[in-house]
Amino acid sequence: MTTKFSIGFLPLVDAALPILAHVHGFAADEGLSLELVKDVSWATVLDRLLYGHTDAAHMVAPLAIATTLGRGRPAQPLSAPFVLGLNGNAITLKSDLAARVAPEGALGDPAAVGAALREIAMERKAAGHPLCFGVVHRYSSHNYMLRYWLSACGIRPDEDVEISTVPPPFCADALEAGDVDGICVGEPWNSVAVERGAGTIVLATAQVWRRGVEKVLAMRESVMEERRGEVEALIRALHRAARQFVDPEALVTNAAILARSEYLDADVNLIQRALGDRLLLHKGGEPIHFPDFMFQYREAANFPWVSQAQWLYSQMLRWDRTPYDAGDEAKVARVFRPDVYRSALTGTDAPLPGASSKVEGSLHQPMVVGTQQGLITLEKNAFFDGRIFDPHDLAGYLARDAYAK
Amino acid sequence: MRIAIIDESAVRASVMQEGLAQLGDCEIFVITERRGLVRRISEIDADIVLMDLGNPSRDVLEEYFAVSRVLARPIAMFVDDSDEESIGASIDAGVSAYVVDGFAPHRIRSILDLAIRRFHAFSRLQTELSVAQSKLAEREAVDKAKRILMQTRGLGEPEAYAELRKTAMNQGKRIAEIADAVVTAHKLMGGAA
Repeated sequence: MTTKFSIGFLPLVDAALPILAHVHGFAADEGLSLELVKDVSWATVLDRLLYGHTDAAHMVAPLAIATTLGRGRPAQPLSAPFVLGLNGNAITLKSDLAARVAPEGALGDPAAVGAALREIAMERKAAGHPLCFGVVHRYSSHNYMLRYWLSACGIRPDEDVEISTVPPPFCADALEAGDVDGICVGEPWNSVAVERGAGTIVLATAQVWRRGVEKVLAMRESVMEERRGEVEALIRALHRAARQFVDPEALVTNAAILARSEYLDADVNLIQRALGDRLLLHKGGEPIHFPDFMFQYREAANFPWVSQAQWLYSQMLRWDRTPYDAGDEAKVARVFRPDVYRSALTGTDAPLPGASSKVEGSLHQPMVVGTQQGLITLEKNAFFDGRIFDPHDLAGYLARDAYAK
Repeated sequence: MRIAIIDESAVRASVMQEGLAQLGDCEIFVITERRGLVRRISEIDADIVLMDLGNPSRDVLEEYFAVSRVLARPIAMFVDDSDEESIGASIDAGVSAYVVDGFAPHRIRSILDLAIRRFHAFSRLQTELSVAQSKLAEREAVDKAKRILMQTRGLGEPEAYAELRKTAMNQGKRIAEIADAVVTAHKLMGGAA
């Protein structure tokens, strides 16, 4: 007896886990028949989720938080019991601009690239046509990572440059047409821009925050409560998909699956590159290997750390220019559901962290952490500017931010 | 009242436009171009914006509504708690609506209902069209297969057709499928299609 469970997604490489859980039969093994619903905008993915066309969705993590808080539309509590991946995005600049700020044929140091970019940003601002960047959504980690990096390098995102929304499939067009000078987007869309000669990749977002949360599996809180057993079955299927995703033997097969017209409908070579953590920075070059470009499995990568939701909330306050609210913080902390993750995977071989929150950005070397099941070594998780986010002091973190205003 | 229709399908946009024109007191603006969308929308200064659910520019537009400081009148995604049902229906039909804050709810509902009906009418048209197109393609295949049988086996037209029909009945298939098979086989054997 199988139960239907539908999941909305955008055609991005990090929609991999639900797709693989379906195609490899991991979901069927758990008694679920997955239906994958492809859309082209986050607005539509969200509408389908809120109005019951889908039961769950692949979603940019900040959007799940914004929806719970009622930013831009009436509040609807969402839950995220599973993280679909960390990082996996890059910053691509128009090639002439990239040549002035980044080393050729290698990813630069974020601080050095930012310092060089700052000079150009100030020149352009003085000349009356400021640098313009495209991000995929207002409530996306792309937007927050880009803004975090720019502001830490002395470029005020709302005053010194312009940042607007560009849907992923149009990023290459926007660079080519000169509508934007740079984009922050997930794969395969940076590589599409590079292949078309429209831009050069200068940074991976993993360089800005080594273990930054990216997409989550989001659902309405009421659906999660009512269908708890099925949700836990789905988490087990996704966990198996994550383990299979990082198996080098499976890479070619998985890339071919994702490339199918009903999923990403994209060039299989570009997808294979992203899955293998390889990046072609500029057209005609050789791909470089950037370990952990996409991070889907090790170190309990799929565990929804409440502290990561709180960091996203801190950035939401910072860039929406809204004051801290303890009630909102409590709502945000409830979006990420480590308790559901644990209950789904108890008794399996998945390592389960004993804590639900951690100090983000504090690890500069590997550390073994306590778990209630299995063993985890957490590796470096630093922010490039060395700042540390203690979830118990969110208000203090914001107050100490020199660039907040 | 000013209504903007954003749809990359010009045909569907005009089906919508035609429907909404019945309302009488409306000025309707249609945007089918992706480029310059935000600028056009700000010029139009619409009371209501209707956009197809599959439009890739929805995130761009929502950001504009949310952050634009130049908007004199704030626009929100049309979600009034009392009208959940109406919104659900519009999303089922494939249309999203954005409305200037404070716009009369009963007017929104009538416009949305009309938009939904036009969207449904359009999908019906589209289904009918694709059925007609596939029928046409089937007839072409049958004609080709008949010609092949007439040339290669020296049959007359009625005999060629009877042959196709008999084979289809024997194999429990449709005539169009048998005709396709004949055409394909003929091509494989080096014949001109």
